[in-house]
Amino acid sequence: MRSTPVPRAANAGETLKVNGWTHMTPVRGVSPGIVSDTSLNHLLSPKFISARARPLGKTENRAGRLILFFIVGGVFWTFVFGMLYRLLRYFRGIPEIGALLAGKLLAVMFVSLFGILILSNVVTALSSFFLAKDLDLLVAAPVDWLRLYGAKLLETTAHSSWMVVLIATPVLTAYGISYHGGFLYPLVAVASMLPFLFIPAALGSAVTLLLVNIFPARRTRDILSVIAVLAAAGVVLLFRLVRPERLARPEGFRSLVEFIALLRAPTSSWMPSEWAAQGIMGWLRQDPELLPFYMLWSTAAVAVVLGALLHRFLYARGFSKSQESGERWVRQGAVGRLVGRMLTPWGVMRRELVLKEMRLFFRDTTQWSQLILLAVLVVVYVFNIKFLPLRGEGITFFLQNVIPFVNLILAGFVLASIAARFIFPGISLEGRTLWLLRSSPLEMRQLLWSKFWVGTLPLLALALGLVFATDVLLQVSGFMMAVSIFTITMLTFAIAGLALGFGALFPKFNTENAAQIPTSFGGLVLMMASVALIGLVIVIEARPVYQYVGAHLLHSEPSIAGLWLGFGGAGLICLAVTFVPIRIAVKRMKELER
Amino acid sequence: MIELKSLTKKYGSFTAVDSIDLSVPDGELFGFLGPNGAGKTTTLRMIAGILQPTSGSIHLAGVDLSADPLAAKARLGFIPDRPFIYEKLTGAEFLRFVAGLYGQDGDKVEHRGRELMALFDLEEWADELVESYSHGMRQKLIISSAFIHRPDVIVVDEPMVGLDPKAARILKDLFREYVRRGHTIMMSTHTLEVAEALCDRIAIIQHGKIRAVGTIQDLRAEATGGGGLEEIFLRLTGERAARDAMEVLDA
Repeated sequence: MRSTPVPRAANAGETLKVNGWTHMTPVRGVSPGIVSDTSLNHLLSPKFISARARPLGKTENRAGRLILFFIVGGVFWTFVFGMLYRLLRYFRGIPEIGALLAGKLLAVMFVSLFGILILSNVVTALSSFFLAKDLDLLVAAPVDWLRLYGAKLLETTAHSSWMVVLIATPVLTAYGISYHGGFLYPLVAVASMLPFLFIPAALGSAVTLLLVNIFPARRTRDILSVIAVLAAAGVVLLFRLVRPERLARPEGFRSLVEFIALLRAPTSSWMPSEWAAQGIMGWLRQDPELLPFYMLWSTAAVAVVLGALLHRFLYARGFSKSQESGERWVRQGAVGRLVGRMLTPWGVMRRELVLKEMRLFFRDTTQWSQLILLAVLVVVYVFNIKFLPLRGEGITFFLQNVIPFVNLILAGFVLASIAARFIFPGISLEGRTLWLLRSSPLEMRQLLWSKFWVGTLPLLALALGLVFATDVLLQVSGFMMAVSIFTITMLTFAIAGLALGFGALFPKFNTENAAQIPTSFGGLVLMMASVALIGLVIVIEARPVYQYVGAHLLHSEPSIAGLWLGFGGAGLICLAVTFVPIRIAVKRMKELER
Repeated sequence: MIELKSLTKKYGSFTAVDSIDLSVPDGELFGFLGPNGAGKTTTLRMIAGILQPTSGSIHLAGVDLSADPLAAKARLGFIPDRPFIYEKLTGAEFLRFVAGLYGQDGDKVEHRGRELMALFDLEEWADELVESYSHGMRQKLIISSAFIHRPDVIVVDEPMVGLDPKAARILKDLFREYVRRGHTIMMSTHTLEVAEALCDRIAIIQHGKIRAVGTIQDLRAEATGGGGLEEIFLRLTGERAARDAMEVLDA
């Protein structure tokens, strides 16, 4: 037998270091224990190793997906950068208020990003602090509370902030280049962004911790998701109440002085978003201020320290509560029975697939609660249209016909967000039960098409309602109404097809929290691709619409061939974007080995 | 009946299953044994149509799985080792859904579902969400789902994991009765007593290859030295029965 070196006898209270573990020798009145001096780096190392091993998830054809990501990402970045750069150059040309407008725009963007970050951190913290699979191991191991907090906070920050960083990069680059920020500007941008990301992470994690401790354990997850969604809805409504459209209409103010006074006034002086915007704009105006950076870094430090203290006292209790089992009883709804009866002619398999989709959606609070946010978005959207200044000086017949066209772009964007929330996660959510579907005589084509129709029909009803309502408010012509209805119908099918296709190409089978799927890498690519599709369709249709409106003004006949070409082309593209991604998804699902 | 011909599965340069030939006739309960990582689960998942073989063929009840996968799968019931199912369905809804995947519904399915749940003491839980079920209860529900559509062939990966002694006994009786009625069951297990008591024939797989196949008497003869299935298994797979425990604990 091999002998092992025996550590020398230690005195009471003395610590002995053996293989990275610090053994505490017993002190009178204190029970013997073992405290690990495992570093933060060590706790996070499995995440780093996993991330390095599969940057885009475990899959074949990684190169293809990387190329797709870089193309879509490149187009998106160029688009955001280009638009903003042109706008900022225009602002630079306006004396007095140009820089104020640029600063205001940055502050408004940062407020929006801050809202997104808070929501995203609350949702992510629930996963990383309470639901993650590695927690059983970490909580059972002698890991110090502070290191666990640090590791999980870093994980939460990384997961919830990467998308904001991706969006902010072209924005900040455009600001830096337009205002000649100089070679130190990237450092200034990083110095403002870092605390700006950590403050919502610490706050979001603390809110989650409190909620998990306050609410009955079984309902914590559900209540948390409803609260998070309500909070997001509140942010959207607050943003609406700020009435950002006033900034675009200086003539609505009694005097220029009043307008400038509004521009000078901070959007929200106690918000980290305002400090970050001030810090960056101060540097760009060549009037650097230290106070915003001091506020940002000190607030971040306070938030992290208070978060750590809360974690120390509340985490163990909260974690234990969050491990209790879920809901037991469900109501057997009359709607389900009715839908079941209606679907009977389509066969047993299709009926059961649709019923299953509906049950899973309406019983999962993290899923249906997002409908609240959706309803708020729709109301805000319709209100925005209602308050558009459509009558008065400078509003011509031409503009009256162009605005509904722009309305289509915005409605398409709303649709894309909804598809990313509800249709895109469909494939990922099947991940753990794929064994059942794969071993049964179910064709993947049937599964995907049932998911397509279950997602698309409500989406289409919403899209048509939204476009019809806003077109009525805008008092558009019959022609524009027909164009809007045709375009939004085709776009709905295409966006739903894209969502399913990207859902199968970029699945997140092992996620612990369904709410995180839309904000994954695939969700981002889907949003970018949807925006590109909407832009393409609108560009193709713009010419025939322009010709028609022009002909109307000149009392001549529009070219029928031109109309057919434009709308036919847009329709064909939408049909291709509906069918091709679903075909790819079917192929990919057949190849999946799970 | 299950027929495997030159069945091979490769992951890159690693061969998980290496040209397996097996035939399990109707009315037989066939055991599949082997050390961890030997290729048991990979073979069973290929038979269930979840993994695509690199080469070779699989016939289920006379139907070629690669030529007509839907017809072959319609004759199969699969019980995986990890009980992942839809958390937000009730037990009864889950059984109804599985029957629906095989194109079956109506009173007969409802009756079978109730009977299967009663057999495994799940009646009281029939209308409760799966998310409130324990590991063992989920396993019982999945086992029930494999019988709901009355398949010709059942493939089972580690059936006893998580089951209480009563459920394990019920399952053994259910399996025996099912094969007595002319159906085929192929199961992998690490519980050698279960394999010894239940299986008509046993195959031992190691490093992706069939090391031995036959009845307990055949295996005993092949392993030369007699003894129970544990000794035969250890001799055939060349595993050490136990390491020097002191050495391990002192390491």
